Amino acid sequence: MGLLSLAIWTPVLFGVVLLALGRDDQAQVVRWIALIGALVSLLVTVPLYTQFDTSTAAMQFTELSPWIERFHVNYHLGVDGISLWFVLLTAFINVVVVIAGWEVITSRVNQYMGAFLILSGLMIGVFCALDGMLFYVFFEATLIPMYLIIGVWGGPNKIYAAFKFFLYTLLGSLLMLIALIYLYLTSGGSFDLVTWHKMPLSAEVQTYLFFAFLAAFAVKVPMWPVHTWLPDVHVEAPTGGSAVLAAIMLKLGAYGFLRFSLPITPDASHEWAGLMIGLSLAAVIYVGLVTMVQKDMKKLVAYSSVAHMGFVTLGFFIFNSLGVAGGIVQMISHGFVSAAMFLCIGVLYDRVHSREIATYGGVVNTMPKFAAYAMLFSMANCGLPGTAGFVGEWMVILGAVQVNFWIGVAAASALIFGAAYTLWMVKRVYLGPITNEKVKLLKDINAREFLFLGMLAVAVLYLGLYPKPFTDVMDVSVTELLRHVAQSKMH
Amino acid sequence: MIDTLSFVTVYPEVILLAMACVIALFDLAVKDSGRTPTYVLTLFTLAVVAWLQADAASAGHTVYAFDSMVVSDPMGNWLKCFAALALMVTLVYGRAYAATRDMLRGGELFTLSLFALLGMFVMISGNNFLVIYMGIELLTLSSYAMVALRRDHVVATEAAMKYFVLGALASGFLLYGMSMLYGATGSLNMQEVLKAISSGQVQHQVLVFGLVFIVAGLAFKFGVVPFHMWIPDVYQGAPTVVTLMVGGAPKLAAFAVMIRLLVEGMLPLALDWQQMLTVLAVGSLAIGNLAAIAQTNLKRMLAFSTISHMGFVLIGMLAGVVNGDAQGAGNGYSSSMFYVVSYVLTTLASFGIILLLSRDGFESEEIADLAGLNQRSPLYAGVMALCMFSLAGIPPMVGFYAKLAVLQALVAPGDAWHISLAVFAVLMSLIGAFYYLRVVKVMYFDAPKITDKLAAPMDVRAVLSLNGALLLAIGLLPGGLMALCNGAIAQMLAH
Repeated sequence: MGLLSLAIWTPVLFGVVLLALGRDDQAQVVRWIALIGALVSLLVTVPLYTQFDTSTAAMQFTELSPWIERFHVNYHLGVDGISLWFVLLTAFINVVVVIAGWEVITSRVNQYMGAFLILSGLMIGVFCALDGMLFYVFFEATLIPMYLIIGVWGGPNKIYAAFKFFLYTLLGSLLMLIALIYLYLTSGGSFDLVTWHKMPLSAEVQTYLFFAFLAAFAVKVPMWPVHTWLPDVHVEAPTGGSAVLAAIMLKLGAYGFLRFSLPITPDASHEWAGLMIGLSLAAVIYVGLVTMVQKDMKKLVAYSSVAHMGFVTLGFFIFNSLGVAGGIVQMISHGFVSAAMFLCIGVLYDRVHSREIATYGGVVNTMPKFAAYAMLFSMANCGLPGTAGFVGEWMVILGAVQVNFWIGVAAASALIFGAAYTLWMVKRVYLGPITNEKVKLLKDINAREFLFLGMLAVAVLYLGLYPKPFTDVMDVSVTELLRHVAQSKMH
Repeated sequence: MIDTLSFVTVYPEVILLAMACVIALFDLAVKDSGRTPTYVLTLFTLAVVAWLQADAASAGHTVYAFDSMVVSDPMGNWLKCFAALALMVTLVYGRAYAATRDMLRGGELFTLSLFALLGMFVMISGNNFLVIYMGIELLTLSSYAMVALRRDHVVATEAAMKYFVLGALASGFLLYGMSMLYGATGSLNMQEVLKAISSGQVQHQVLVFGLVFIVAGLAFKFGVVPFHMWIPDVYQGAPTVVTLMVGGAPKLAAFAVMIRLLVEGMLPLALDWQQMLTVLAVGSLAIGNLAAIAQTNLKRMLAFSTISHMGFVLIGMLAGVVNGDAQGAGNGYSSSMFYVVSYVLTTLASFGIILLLSRDGFESEEIADLAGLNQRSPLYAGVMALCMFSLAGIPPMVGFYAKLAVLQALVAPGDAWHISLAVFAVLMSLIGAFYYLRVVKVMYFDAPKITDKLAAPMDVRAVLSLNGALLLAIGLLPGGLMALCNGAIAQMLAH
């Protein structure tokens, strides 16, 4: 069994064991097994990084065996510089989420932990799949655990949120399914991504395929104007669910652009780049403004996720290496920062049971350690230099200026909005005098909370101060992708 | 001329017939109210028959017997094997349910179900209009009786009446269509009919006239729009165990008859029957899915969902012949076969759960009755969730691959018409996802109204777990079943 198979199936296996054997009266045992499972799953991904060859754009650690011979579907896995970090990120966030749910989740612990472990395995599968059908199966299968996580452990309006999440994303991916089948048939019976990348396609077909992919990935990212499901879902999802959703699931969509839209339909991607840039800037500017008026902390972070993901898609569709690499770095940094932001809100919510900004004020007086963390993550969220948030946004803005000065200016304005809504939230929640009894009674974070916030803080600072390990890995792959996308497939 | 060799071909059917009679008599001596000896003997018979069919199927011969009145080929043998297994599973799930409702007295349920299975076998093997018709009648007459088995139950009696009247009408259609074709081609035998049609000597209008009636009769047996009216009422009204008998295995037989009549008998008329099937499929997908949303009764919801799934089965039939070229035939028909088989597998498990919850004089029919099932029994809630995700077509459940296979066959011609039909089917299955998700929601997100633990006998527990596991296992490794369907259809087309 290859390393990638291990990375996918280790958490799934642990999850299935928890579902099958875990019982509610042994919650503590279940938690420890889940933690061990998550740690082992993280450990098996480490060799992927240490043995990764940064000098080639070819797929590495590939595994290939026939899966459904009738449709020539192969169990084909591999990672390159684009996908490698997402495998590691997923496994890392999984550990954080298991620790974060430790005391918070008291009912049906085994199902909660099992769902997260399985979900993490499936998401790693999405990032590793080199076969269109395998990708689709993983992509869709992630809906099931997430649906249950939101619906079972979510907030008061969880059912609406769970349905909205499921049906919205399903609609997009079903259209993609037709596109995949079409590609399978026109390529003469192959679901292999590499074959699809090389296959010539007419301009008209490319346009249809591009929009079919767009339907799936734009909803998942989510891009403006199909982003409306995200705030609703984030508000109702349990903290861990929000963290995974923001940190990893949104990246599945953005990753799809890199693996499907750009290389399979390069001409259509160029043709419609204007539209994509427009939608991305709408997300950055319009959603940035919307974020400012939110009264609910979770909603605020959710909208800011949409704005940040706008940077990612902007970076992809300006077609230069700064933009694409910046988009990928932004995806990774947003993975850390958004997870941290949601977990911070979770820490407050567990104590006060309110997400309203107005409920809080002066938290720094009672929870100094926590406020320090929250401050760091907020700074990263508005893209302060030295934190993870800065690197990606800066690269994308530079890339945009290379293409068109005004696009760069519009994108840069997001930094101002980002600072405005984040700092304003920080001011209202953490700073100032203590406003009410509840805040006065708050206890500072315990060792467990300190631990998982600390893990994220290290990651955020590391990526911010020394992004070289991240950019080195993706450098060759991004160059190769851009070279490929620059070639027309219409012949 | 009937030789002894012919009997060798049909000896599973002979065994089934003999055992059905033996069991009817044997039951007279059984005093046990649970009818355990009869039950065991019936299961044993079914197991033997299923094994014989599987054995014949793996031998892979196509044999015609009784002067080409019946045919034994891998497609038929596999379908018969699956039908026998499906009936076994139905009986395992339904025995306790039937026992508490006094439906086992006299052992008729066992005998009738065996006769119904015999009817299916005859339908599947029939290579002659009249043999197929006889099989259909044997199946439906047994089914009418089973639906009415609780004769003091108003709803069940009404359902039986409705089923009978509409069923008789449909049989009339079918028979009328067959007589037209007989008149036009001068033969009842499939190959002869095919030869006559291919020769081009027969007037096209007469053929199409007969074809319309045949398709209408088949559509009724499948329960597709606009011949679907009986499905919701019968599903809801019949005792749940009988619902499963009507809604499970017979779909396999209906599929076989469709293949025998339309493909083996009338492939040159494909352009005509494809148009009819398109209308039926589109209507079924739309009405089945939309109407299912409004249902609060679980059995009725599953009835409408059945209608939509049968629409999908028909879609697989649409793509086989394009512009008179039967290139993609095997691809399309085998995807339909895969769809039917996986649909039956899923239906068995979902009705198994309903039967399990319906213990002790309580009919668990409303969707709300599933509330909080996850807290009462994570295992059964898990199985039901697998069923619902499979019916909704979410990977990695088997239902996804069924939809994938059918859509793939549909898109294969590559023209805009087929692709837009595929997009339509996909949008309808999105609507479908909504009401299946609602069942999952009720089981997982709602608080239970009843908190007592669910106790099921070992056999039910084991079979139900296995059934649920299969939904996932075939989903993870669908290659085997797909290859089986593909091979069976390829051989059918070659003969």
